[in-house]
Amino acid sequence: MEKEQHTHIVKYKTYVFVLIALLLMTFTSVAITSLNLGPYTVSAALVLAGIKSLLVLLIFMHLKFDKKFYAIMVASVFLLLGCVIFITFLDYLYR
Amino acid sequence: MSNHTHIDEHRDDEGAKTGMWIFIFTELLLFGGLFIVYSVYRYLNPAAFHLAAEELDTFIGTANTVILLISSMTIAMSISAIQSQNKKLTLILMGITILLAVAFMVNKYFEWSGKIAHGIYPGSPTLMDASQGEILFFGLYYAMTGLHALHIVIGVAFIAYVMRLVVKDEVQHDNFAILENSGLYWHLVDLIWIFLFPLFYLIT
Repeated sequence: MEKEQHTHIVKYKTYVFVLIALLLMTFTSVAITSLNLGPYTVSAALVLAGIKSLLVLLIFMHLKFDKKFYAIMVASVFLLLGCVIFITFLDYLYR
Repeated sequence: MSNHTHIDEHRDDEGAKTGMWIFIFTELLLFGGLFIVYSVYRYLNPAAFHLAAEELDTFIGTANTVILLISSMTIAMSISAIQSQNKKLTLILMGITILLAVAFMVNKYFEWSGKIAHGIYPGSPTLMDASQGEILFFGLYYAMTGLHALHIVIGVAFIAYVMRLVVKDEVQHDNFAILENSGLYWHLVDLIWIFLFPLFYLIT
């Protein structure tokens, strides 16, 4: 198992492409929010932030190249956080 | 390095990485809780949050986002560099990461001192005259970006410590779990900022 982890070297080029994608999404979200789309502004900015964090988790944090076990754990934590947010808002929206 | 002397070496890279991830989960839940507090108060005080968020400088926020994203790339690259046994490049990339982190903190200093000069800080007379929602916004702004900045400082110390290990050849191409873990920590700091930035600076 150690071999698996140590033999995979991510190319520098991959990281540069990911950075470019991240920067483009950052500037897109700045541009979108300055447009004043009303309620869609929040969702657009958060969707872009979600895609950005996915890229960071998969490539920069190596989840894509590591054993699936890590990806499953991370997904579970985000699912837990999502559930807590959902339940909190069920309370605030319908009280 | 002969193979015979290292037979008894006790090492568990997989375990070290799992431990780091579990620590990162506690951090994610800590900031996740703060994000929930933010969104509930935002939902309860939409007008005040809108007004208060306009006070923040989008340019500084964007600049800091760019800085953190680049620093995340350089620390990720440093792992590829150590795997290719390029010690010098590893150190250069880690050094750039630290320099970018310092640049982030300098920006943060100017941003905060600008706010404080305008009389906006927790408990300030100006803020006490403002609405409840604005007090909440700036309270959360200082608490969340402050906690994030504390993580930056800790991350810099961690990376600097690992740099020392690289210099002393204690971190090498076949033994770099701690470098990977410091990278994971740094990406966490980046990950949190990816959400802090739109929530405080963009959504007005």
